[in-house]
Amino acid sequence: MNDTIPQLRAYDEATLEAAFATLIEEVRSETSLLQDPESFRLHWLGRKQGRLKLISEAWLKSAPPEARKPLGIQFNRLKQEIEAALEAPAAADSAAHTEQGIDITLPGTQRAPGIAHPLLKTMEQIVQVFHNLGYSTNLGPQVESDFYNFEALNFPPNHPARDTQDTLVIANQQNRPSRDRLLMRTHTSPVQIRTMVAQAPPIRIVIPGKVHRNDAADATHSPIFHQVEGLCVDTNITFSDLKGTLDHAMKALFGSDVKTRFFPSFFPFTEPSADVQISCIFCGGKGCRKCKHSGWIELLGCGMVDPAVFAAVTKERRKLGLDDDAYDPNRITGFAFGMGVERIAMIQHGISDIGHFFSGDMRFLEQFA
Amino acid sequence: MKILTNWLRTYVPNIPADDLQLADDLTLRGIAVEGVHHLGPNNGHLFEMDITTNRVDAMNHYGIAREAATIYNLPLLPLLPETASQPPASTPFPVRIEAPHLCGRFTAQVLRNITISPSTGSIADYFGLLAQKQISNAVDASNFVLLGMGHPTHAFDLDKLEGGIVVRLARQGEKLKLLDGIERILEADDLVVADEVKALGLAGVMGGWDSMITPQTKNILVEAAWFDQASIRRSARRHGLHTDASHRFERGADFNACPTANALVSQLILQSGGSLEGGLVDILIPEIAARTASRPPIQLSVLQVQRHLGTTLSPEGLTQEIVVQYLTALGCELTPLSSSKNDSAAALDAFNRDPQVGGAASALSSVSTIPEDLFSVQLPSWRLDLEREIDLIEEVARVYGYNRFANTLPTPGIVIAHPTSAAEAAVRTRLLALGFSESISSTFASQSDSDLFSTAGKGTIAMENPLSDEASLLRPSLVPGMVTMLAHNLNRDVKDVRLFEQGHIFTGDTNEVYESSQLSLGLTGASSSTTLHSAQDAPFFELKGVIESVISLFTLTGGSAALSFTLQAPDWLQPGRSATVLLNNTPIGGLGELTRAEAQRRKLRQPIYLAQLDLAVLYALPLRQVTAHDLSRFQAVERDFSFTFPDATQWHTIAAAIHALAIPELQRLAPVEIFRDAKGKAVAAGHYSLLLRAVFQSHERTLNEDELSHWQSQIIATLTHLGGSIRA
Repeated sequence: MNDTIPQLRAYDEATLEAAFATLIEEVRSETSLLQDPESFRLHWLGRKQGRLKLISEAWLKSAPPEARKPLGIQFNRLKQEIEAALEAPAAADSAAHTEQGIDITLPGTQRAPGIAHPLLKTMEQIVQVFHNLGYSTNLGPQVESDFYNFEALNFPPNHPARDTQDTLVIANQQNRPSRDRLLMRTHTSPVQIRTMVAQAPPIRIVIPGKVHRNDAADATHSPIFHQVEGLCVDTNITFSDLKGTLDHAMKALFGSDVKTRFFPSFFPFTEPSADVQISCIFCGGKGCRKCKHSGWIELLGCGMVDPAVFAAVTKERRKLGLDDDAYDPNRITGFAFGMGVERIAMIQHGISDIGHFFSGDMRFLEQFA
Repeated sequence: MKILTNWLRTYVPNIPADDLQLADDLTLRGIAVEGVHHLGPNNGHLFEMDITTNRVDAMNHYGIAREAATIYNLPLLPLLPETASQPPASTPFPVRIEAPHLCGRFTAQVLRNITISPSTGSIADYFGLLAQKQISNAVDASNFVLLGMGHPTHAFDLDKLEGGIVVRLARQGEKLKLLDGIERILEADDLVVADEVKALGLAGVMGGWDSMITPQTKNILVEAAWFDQASIRRSARRHGLHTDASHRFERGADFNACPTANALVSQLILQSGGSLEGGLVDILIPEIAARTASRPPIQLSVLQVQRHLGTTLSPEGLTQEIVVQYLTALGCELTPLSSSKNDSAAALDAFNRDPQVGGAASALSSVSTIPEDLFSVQLPSWRLDLEREIDLIEEVARVYGYNRFANTLPTPGIVIAHPTSAAEAAVRTRLLALGFSESISSTFASQSDSDLFSTAGKGTIAMENPLSDEASLLRPSLVPGMVTMLAHNLNRDVKDVRLFEQGHIFTGDTNEVYESSQLSLGLTGASSSTTLHSAQDAPFFELKGVIESVISLFTLTGGSAALSFTLQAPDWLQPGRSATVLLNNTPIGGLGELTRAEAQRRKLRQPIYLAQLDLAVLYALPLRQVTAHDLSRFQAVERDFSFTFPDATQWHTIAAAIHALAIPELQRLAPVEIFRDAKGKAVAAGHYSLLLRAVFQSHERTLNEDELSHWQSQIIATLTHLGGSIRA
């Protein structure tokens, strides 16, 4: 590269034209050999030692005032030429790429995300619906006493659910008083009792959690499963309030055109008790394979809190010195409901084997990415 | 249970609904019809019923007919026409109840000169449609009555009896051959129907072989009795027998049905000839009657019905008229109580104290128009499930139809966040963001896994009735479940796995179980990104990074220095390739590679990395509250240092020494490259090369070359002092 500063003999138009033509020629000849754009840039445009700066300083120093403007215009032209030369290779580069082309049909590179468990996601959705309705989450232990799991919930002493055929029991309980015997909770309902014993109405709680039963595992049954229960206790809560609450919740979960239907049922801790069906979310109620052509899917159990449960709670509160009438059945009523999370998640996602939830199988989980 | 609509309709003629509508109407009232089968012209339908265990009264045609009569407000025909009762025999057939606490009533009827023949008429027709086995007119009569009105009865060949009937407890070891032809050895609390010499049958469960009806039978004794629920359940279970009779007695039979059932059976047998001898012998125990058929009446307030049930779709709501109509049809006898003023006033007062509650206002408006309506209710003998006012309220709701109630909403409550929910969500979100997927493993562990993975001295908890040998204990750690899940994946050729589980572990003993929240991490296979470590070591550092990242979510007392790692690790982790996680010098978890021996034993095809962390400790800490610092306007300067060190010089020593220089402008210090040469050429054996990057930046000024080179030489001196030498 040429480092000499050319002399400018005169400032007339023709001399300027010729001098700049030489410089432009110099730029172009260097451009055709351009290997290292950065040194080219520094050579011409360098802030302190750049050729353009040195030349303009030299030439402008001695220029008469009237020549400064045409000189400036010429320098701008030269500068544009240099910048164009610098941009050209880049443009040529990208043109080459366009010609070579990218196979844009190749799959995108995906970073493997961590996957939220579909079951826990469904559980979260259900809990959120009830948070929005003013229910607070409450949790409890998975190992429970007979008192909280059965006795306070009005299960009679000989109820089949209390049998080891149905309930997983901790070893060495035979010699303990019946109410203290430890077992794996068979539902999240004991948390209802724990909450009421600790706290006076009004109560609006939602209880998500893991529960266990002594069930043989098959495609739709697992000895380990999850429930979400809810409890609402206040002055004069009615059966129609229960209906309205669950109708609203099912619409929030499954869409506003879902209908609910209530059937009499039986649970020891509620009276009246009901099973709730929703109109089939797949066929809209016309009848399909998934709803066994009935148009309805059974989804939850519920009912008004049995006064015997309030009585057990009051008895327990008195033992703790909470000698009040907080759960006076003449003033206080309530409702409770519960649903199996596995069943709902299986319906939502068309999962055919409950065992997938507990296998940690990446091939299963990755479908929910 | 199967129901024939034709049979049902004989008890309630003129039901204004076809069979399919009838099935729907029953189902919506809790008398669930699970299946409907058309039986051909004029035969009606067969209903497959699913009756809840508390409704033993509805496990027969007459019981369901009563439901239909109630729904459609039609009369239910009586089972037996009113007839003049037979005068008692001069010497009534002797019946003695020796176990009055277990047998509350025993009726006996002697039939003479009967003819044993096949059944005819409607019994034959109905049994044909029900695919019910026909045996003989006498046995079929008993079965017909059971299916028809639900009370079990039994017919004895009278001539096989030695003396009268004795209802007594069995003698220990007493032998009895039952109708199934199998001889049972009885225990002292089995209840038997016996004669003076021998046991004839296992009471309420199954009759005996020796006294059964045969084609030669000429004289019959018909039994209809009432037995205690618990006693029947015990005997039926003990002898592995679940019969139609035991099914009903276990759930509570109708004390008052005995004479009717006995009369119906006798009547049916006598259709083929023969005659009654004397009247019905009816022995009853008053204490049991008082507990069943003659329970004291209970009170019902219509106001309470409305208070519990709330708003109906139809404006007139649940009127007193409706309440009385339904309950009467179900067999209750309602007597208005005049002195009800005070109670109702008190209830109204309760309403007025809290008028804001949803549903109450509308109930109140209808309430105020109804006069006080307190009733005394005599409960039907066949509904032992009805005991309290709330039971009657449920009956009203059920018959009215649940779907005729409005959808109202109570006032919403205030939502209080669960104390650990924010921390739990933060940990979960972070782990998901780091590429770990959420999992749920078994709550149980095998003895051997428990031995291997539990923390010594914390205790384990055995199950009384474990699901399997592999699940004999409550899990003392989440790790065995994690290992199982990783193995599950590897066994299916899924080689890159990142999993976590947040769950409870169980320690203590079978008297007191402690549950605590733990986190487990499992990792196997290729790492997504990291250039610093060899492929072999990368998983360890990925796992360590995850733990650091999770812990960084919390405010640590003592700052980030509170977290440290020591080489000491639990036995199930490979020594030298594992660490214990310490928070302020207290262990809160561990991480590392599963021991080679254990991996081999489990036939794992590649190394797996595990970590566990005590979440309870973390959840007790506040989440880190971020305080942002201003970003410097001045340029940061990087300086790299390439050194070799003896293997014994660990990173934490190097980092600590440089930090000890206390250069405030040192913003970051990180190892960028670590290299070992197995051949000892590029780097001497027993040494490693380390490319260290220091980043300097000031918030006040541009750093000048002089201070940079000063720091640089300070660092070089420090590294040299630690035994490092500059690489050429």
